[in-house]
Amino acid sequence: MLLILLGVLLLHLIILILLIVSTAASAWSVGEGRNTDLWYSCLTSKDGYHCKPAIDEDWIQAVQALMILSVLFCFFSLIAFLFQLFKLVKGGRFFFTAIFQVFASVFVMCAAIIYTVMSPDDSAHTQFGYAYVLAWVAFPLTLISGLIYIILRKKD
Amino acid sequence: MLTVLALASVVLLGIDPSQAIVIYTGWERHALLGSDVRLSCSFFSWRWTSDDVTFSWTYRPDGSKDSISIFHYTGGMAYVDNKGPFRDRLEFVGNPGRRDGSILLKNLDFSDNGTFTCDAKNPPDIVGRPQSSPLRRVPIQAGVITGAIIGVVLGLLVLIVVIYYLMRFLVARRVFSLSVSKHGKKKKEGSQQRQGPAPPADPSKVKAAASEKKKQESRKDKK
Repeated sequence: MLLILLGVLLLHLIILILLIVSTAASAWSVGEGRNTDLWYSCLTSKDGYHCKPAIDEDWIQAVQALMILSVLFCFFSLIAFLFQLFKLVKGGRFFFTAIFQVFASVFVMCAAIIYTVMSPDDSAHTQFGYAYVLAWVAFPLTLISGLIYIILRKKD
Repeated sequence: MLTVLALASVVLLGIDPSQAIVIYTGWERHALLGSDVRLSCSFFSWRWTSDDVTFSWTYRPDGSKDSISIFHYTGGMAYVDNKGPFRDRLEFVGNPGRRDGSILLKNLDFSDNGTFTCDAKNPPDIVGRPQSSPLRRVPIQAGVITGAIIGVVLGLLVLIVVIYYLMRFLVARRVFSLSVSKHGKKKKEGSQQRQGPAPPADPSKVKAAASEKKKQESRKDKK
């Protein structure tokens, strides 16, 4: 039982770290000498490194909001897990934890989908960066973690 | 004495037909992308408004030294831009009879930052200085939508949690009963004495029932 608990907790922490890195790192789109993320788009030219705020369009703000919400919900579910670990009765399920985790996964999915569909394909050499990949990796992990919490029952 | 006063007032009021025309436009404007902006222009002239009054608007983009003509009203007809950056977006909404030469710029575009200058002429009163009215496009405030989405979702979350605890509190206080259990709602005490694996496997009710049971047991223990 303790082993399962530790494993689940570790998975949760890994997911939280993935989400935080994906939201904060400046690598959703990378091209030659330029990379953008949700917040800034930076260009490396011979003059140096210039950054300007990301596109003033509605969809990038929606993606920002969804990524932040997913980080928050993952964090809330961690808190709920620790709380329910000590307060839950025998045989109870980790209801709140699972709900928050599933919401976090839905938000990450929506953010990644919106970014994929709406990201501007300016030049042919712009590719998706590692932060974007992390967001897509975090989605199934969060979903699996949420499902594990639904199945998990407190034994002692 | 009275005549002197009258003469002085006539001179002071300056009914002098050769005064210049004075043009008034709006102050610096900030407008959102896609919105409609009314650029107002009116003038003051000592002469009656003639039938040959003309209004002209020119536009100079930010950072450029050239200005282009975008609107002209003359001979009772308004001529709007039909080739330049404002084609199909300008509309004359002024009233020349009331000395108003305002135009409406519809559907503000990304590149509409600049200075709009109005020049009005009221023949024979044509000496005047055109007035400028700068226009700045304001993008959607950074973070407004982000903040709104986050605020709404967190607000809903708080609301749901509050309602949940309220319901639990009210059920525990037996203010009203929930008729979800398959075994009916006849004896609430009976249902609360039952163990967890009752068919209404709602974890919240399980927790509520279990906590009620614990409270009753502890009360019994104290007795």
